[in-house]
This record gives sequence, C-alpha cells and structure tokens, in this order.
Amino acid sequence: MIEINGVTKRYGEKLAADNVSFTVKAGEIMGFLGPNGAGKSTTLNILTGYLSATEGSAKIDGIDILENPIAAKQKIGFLPEQPPLYMDMTVKEYLYFVYDLKHCKLDREKHIREICNVVRLNEVFNRVIRNLSKGYKQRVGIAQALVGNPPVLIFDEPTVGLDPKQIIEIRNLIKKLGKEHTIILSTHILPEVQAICDRIVVINGGKIVANEKTENIARAVEGKRRMTFHICGPQNEVLKLLKATPGVSYAEAIGNRDLDSVAYLVESEENIDIRKPLFFALAEKRWPIIAMDVMGMDLEDVFLALVAPPAKATSRAKGGRK
Amino acid sequence: MLAVYKKELRSYFIGPIGYIYVASFLMVSALVFIYTNLYSGTTDITNYYALLLYLFVVLIPLLTMRMLSEEKKSKTEQILLTSPVSLSSIIAAKFFAAFTLFGGTLLLSCVQFSALYYGDSSPNLAIVVSTTFGILLIGSAFVAIGIFVSACTENQLISALLTMVAIAITLVMSILSGYITFTPLRAVVRWLSIFDRFYAFTYGYFDFAALIYYLSITVVFLFLTVRVFEKRRWE
Repeated sequence: MIEINGVTKRYGEKLAADNVSFTVKAGEIMGFLGPNGAGKSTTLNILTGYLSATEGSAKIDGIDILENPIAAKQKIGFLPEQPPLYMDMTVKEYLYFVYDLKHCKLDREKHIREICNVVRLNEVFNRVIRNLSKGYKQRVGIAQALVGNPPVLIFDEPTVGLDPKQIIEIRNLIKKLGKEHTIILSTHILPEVQAICDRIVVINGGKIVANEKTENIARAVEGKRRMTFHICGPQNEVLKLLKATPGVSYAEAIGNRDLDSVAYLVESEENIDIRKPLFFALAEKRWPIIAMDVMGMDLEDVFLALVAPPAKATSRAKGGRK
Repeated sequence: MLAVYKKELRSYFIGPIGYIYVASFLMVSALVFIYTNLYSGTTDITNYYALLLYLFVVLIPLLTMRMLSEEKKSKTEQILLTSPVSLSSIIAAKFFAAFTLFGGTLLLSCVQFSALYYGDSSPNLAIVVSTTFGILLIGSAFVAIGIFVSACTENQLISALLTMVAIAITLVMSILSGYITFTPLRAVVRWLSIFDRFYAFTYGYFDFAALIYYLSITVVFLFLTVRVFEKRRWE
C-alpha cells in the first residue's frame, strides 16, 4: 500500500533522511519511531508530497507521489505534526472547507456527521477552532485527515501535548481506524506503538535502524540477560566474586540502595542461568542476597539499544529497571 | 480551486481586514473624487484615477499581505499542499479571491460617478469605462506582486512593507523616466513603469498592448509565486 524506496533528503549539508526504505501492507498499522529530530516528519512530509525527496521515490497504492501527485494525495489523509487548522473558522466551516478542498464525492452532511461521531466532535461542531482545547484541536486535525475516507492515514505525533486521558482516547481511536485503514503512526512515545502497532520501523539520524513486527523487535536486540542483585558485603570483593563466577559476562556496582547492601548489575552469557551458582557462591562467603531483579527488555530498552551508542550500556540498564 | 477561493474570500470578512479595506477604499476614493471632480467641477475622471493609483501603494498590501505568509507561519499551508489540488490552482484561487475583493470594491466606488451627471453635464462614458478597465488591469498586476511578496516571507508586516515598496517603485518609475536623459535607460525604465501604459486608457481607447502587458505581469508574478513554493519543497 505504501512503498518508500531509498528516500534521501538533504538540507544543504545536513542529511535529514538517508536512504530510507520501507513498505506498509494494506490494513497494517505501522509505528514510525524515533527520537525528536530523527527524520520522522521529513519522511512523512515526503510521503505526503509536502516536501520532495532529493533522491528516491514514495508510492501510495502504486502511484508515485511525484509523478501523479493529485491521484496519490487523494488516497492519503494526513495529520501533520502541527494540525493545519484555520483558527478563525468553526469546526463545521473547517471540515466543510476540507471536504470541498479534497473534492469529496460522499454525501457532505452525512459524511461529516459520521466523522464527528467517530472522533467525538459533536459538542464543539459550531465553535470557533481558536477557542478549543488542545485535545479538541487535535481531534479536529484527525477529523480533517478522515474527510473523504482515504485508505491511507498518516498521523505525525498525534498525541503530543495531550493529557493522559486524551492520549488513551486518541490511541483507541487510531486502533479503531486501523481496522479499515492503512496507518502510519509516527511517535517518540514507546508504549504508544507497543499498544497500537503491528509493525515498528525505527529511524535515527535519518537512517532506518530497525523494521520488525512489534513482538519480534524486542527479541531482535535481546542478547544477554541482565539482572540486579542487592548484596550485603564488601563491595570490591563481592564484585570480584561476581566477575569470577562462570557464565557472568559483565558485572558492575551501581550504587548503594540501602544501608549495608550494594546493588550490582550483572549480565549473563546467553542461555545460562547464573542465579543459582551466584547464590551458592555468595552463601559460601556469607554475603546475603537481599534482593534480586531480572530485567526483561521492554521496548524502551530496545529503542535505546537501537538508537544509542553501545557505550551507554550502564545508563540504559538503570533506565530499564522495572 | 473553488474551495480555496471561497475560503480566502470568507477569511477577509471573518477578520477585520476585508471591512477595513472596503471602508478605507470607499472613503479615500470619495475624498479624492470630491477633490478632483466635484471641487474643480469637471467630468474628467483621469485625474481621479491617477491619484487613486497612489492609494494602491497602501491598500493593495492589505489584500495580499497575509495570503501566503500567514499560511506558512501557522503551517496551514500543509493541508493545502498535501491535498489533491495542484499548486498553481491554489495560487490562482488566492489571486482571484484578492482580485475579486479589489475589483468589487472598485466597481462599487464607481457609483459616485453618478454625481457626474448632475445638472446637464455628462462624462465621456468611453473614458470612464476604459480608465476603470485600465485600473482593474493595474490592480491585477499589483495583487499578483503582493501575492508573490507574501509567499516570500512568514511575516505579514514585512510582506506588507515590501509590497508597498514594490508598488511604489513601479509608480515612481514614470516620474523618474522624465529625468533620465540617456535614451536606452529611459526606454527600459519606461517599459517597467506600470503607470505609463495607463495613459492610453485615459484617452478612452482600448490599448491591447497594455492589456497584454498587465496580464503578463500578473501571470509572471503568479508563476514566480508557484516557483517559490516549488523551490522550497525541493531544498
């Protein structure tokens, strides 16, 4: 349905998108993930025809956005990062304007009513957009994308600046829309993609660094198992022992958590359970383990592992602590 | 295209700008008319329009200053540029919206010419029609210049000021050309002078060359506006 092939965008010296390629199948919800400034918006703007790529092509349903922009744009509903709202119009005027702009052929009253029901805009239908809350403005932005019922929906950071309740509402809405549309959802918020998306494409520094199904992506970067132990005992000697235990690939003291215990981060080699040998080894020395955590990799770790240089392993471990 | 046209026309009157434009145009044109015709007791409206042209320096920017600059600033241009509408039809729609308000107000102000029929006097109708037509053409060129300028900046004020300067320059050219003794340069300056072409209309005849000249200026500046957008998309 959506096909991006080798898209490169250069702003002078700066590469905003570097050979970006991915495809989205019909009916899929794709999460487009990346830190701020990674090239998400640039890529989406190219896909929607707002910008032109320096190299490469973007196709919607087989139609190239540059060769036949009008036909391609007909198939896209786009919510840009900042919703393109005319502040001095009412919601009604605005949606009617978008309806005319997109040369929509559906029954106007009925179609706009339906959209307002879906995104729940009915109670503000006759109000001026300027006076609406951020959440409502965002919904007007989504409504605008739905006008004309395009098969492809592209949402660029749709939940930015919303309160938690609104975020959940918008997510549920997108999930619902995903049943009938092909969706690209760009975000830098991880739980969002985890909750909604079938597939995740991660972009960083203008490059695609991962393109996996949501459940696979965690597995893709999960090599070693990591745990933290809280152990009472002299720090240096405990550390020496931890490192000497077979199967331990990495150990580090990460600080005092309470009065007499020290927390250690330990990584094991793949497929080796080091918990038991560690317990006996420490018991022999009479250094009790008073707490232990096994840290699963959640998307947060995955994400940081993908976008951060490997040297930041320790801070990553702390951040990923559950 | 019709959607954008209607939107632009409506947006003049959602805010104060449309009202300010119409009111100030009618008011100042009436004052000029009183001065040039009623006080001096003539039915010749050439002087009236010649003076009115200088008014355009201030009034035309009102119509065009926010047209594209505001869309750029508030990022609303994104919905226009990602809609299934061609760039040139968006620009054309904007031009026609501004020109409609310009032309509509101008024609409305023509009502005051009825005063020329006072008593047993009557104006030369051919001159009234041809000069009005000429003014419409000049207005279309100015509006196109204004739209082009507003595409180049995000700031309404800068857009307005630059448009004023641009229009003022085209008007001053004809005065300037009188002082130039070097013939080729004078020819160039006169060629650029929007004012000079207007004289034919004041004699009551329809100058086809002038028509082409003004329409070309309009088209060229609208084309340049499209290019500004194209260029921005590619860089």
